[in-house]
Amino acid sequence: MLLAVILVLAAGTYAFRLAGVALRDRIQLPDRVRQLLPIGAACLLAALAATAALTDAGRFVGVSRPAGVLVGVVLAWRRAPFVVVVVAAAATAAGLRLLGVP
Amino acid sequence: MRTAWRTADARLVRDILAIAAACCVIGVSFGAIAVASGMPAWAVVTMSVLVFAGGAQFMAVGMLAAGNPLAAVLGGLLLNARHLPFGLVVADAIGPSWRARLVGSHLMVDEAVAFALAQDSPERRRAAYWLTGGVLFVAWNSGTLAGIALGEAAGDPARYGLDAAFPAGLVALILPSLRDPTTRRAVLAGAAVAVLAAPFLPAGVPVLLAVFGVVLALPARKEVDA
Repeated sequence: MLLAVILVLAAGTYAFRLAGVALRDRIQLPDRVRQLLPIGAACLLAALAATAALTDAGRFVGVSRPAGVLVGVVLAWRRAPFVVVVVAAAATAAGLRLLGVP
Repeated sequence: MRTAWRTADARLVRDILAIAAACCVIGVSFGAIAVASGMPAWAVVTMSVLVFAGGAQFMAVGMLAAGNPLAAVLGGLLLNARHLPFGLVVADAIGPSWRARLVGSHLMVDEAVAFALAQDSPERRRAAYWLTGGVLFVAWNSGTLAGIALGEAAGDPARYGLDAAFPAGLVALILPSLRDPTTRRAVLAGAAVAVLAAPFLPAGVPVLLAVFGVVLALPARKEVDA
């Protein structure tokens, strides 16, 4: 049973991954739609970041995580190096939790 | 992979290694949590190698522990459905040969897509995709192994603020594309839709809804056409 769950989840995930890649050549996309593809991907990634920053299992999270992400985003906006963005976001969230902020 | 190393500059490699370090620590916590939930070590390793999608794996372990294998599969697949549109976008970065596509598809994680999209030439897009996917695959699976060995001692990744590191990293990667007003409008609308829908819909669906943000990127001319 356990193995079946893992294998079905793995096969389904791989099918999603391969489907988009394989479809890319098969379907003739009009130029207008092709230009929208990267924008659509940016929408998905931003939504992923936003939901991960603000929610957990459908509930809004405490203050530490969004505050850490916000510090990272401001640094990224000021064109700080990627490593600085990631480390500062983590350090802010960890520091706030150390102080007892939820 | 070898050509990818040559194309990538030191800064790109450093950025990828930073996110890989965070990914590895989260892998440690995944391994520890999965074993603590009663899953045998071989199953945890198999899942990390074959599924290779952190969010879906955490969800599946939780649902299995709750005695709901069907929800483990359906919930995990719903979370991973976003990979289909991602594939349409990164197909060029993966490469034209079938061997590259079969292997490269398995390495499709959010960060690989984000790093690829952030590059400005086809060569760099390909290098960024393969490096990120390959390095994260190693980081995630070695982290999982370490977590299984460490067990309870591994601790909660939230203590190190890693739950804030990933969203911040993703935003940093898509930020340059937001300097274009059309993209910015679409992305902000998509993200807002996802956050507002998150309390009401099963995990994975709100993120998929965000794709409708592209409606705001449609050329205004279209109304005249119709």
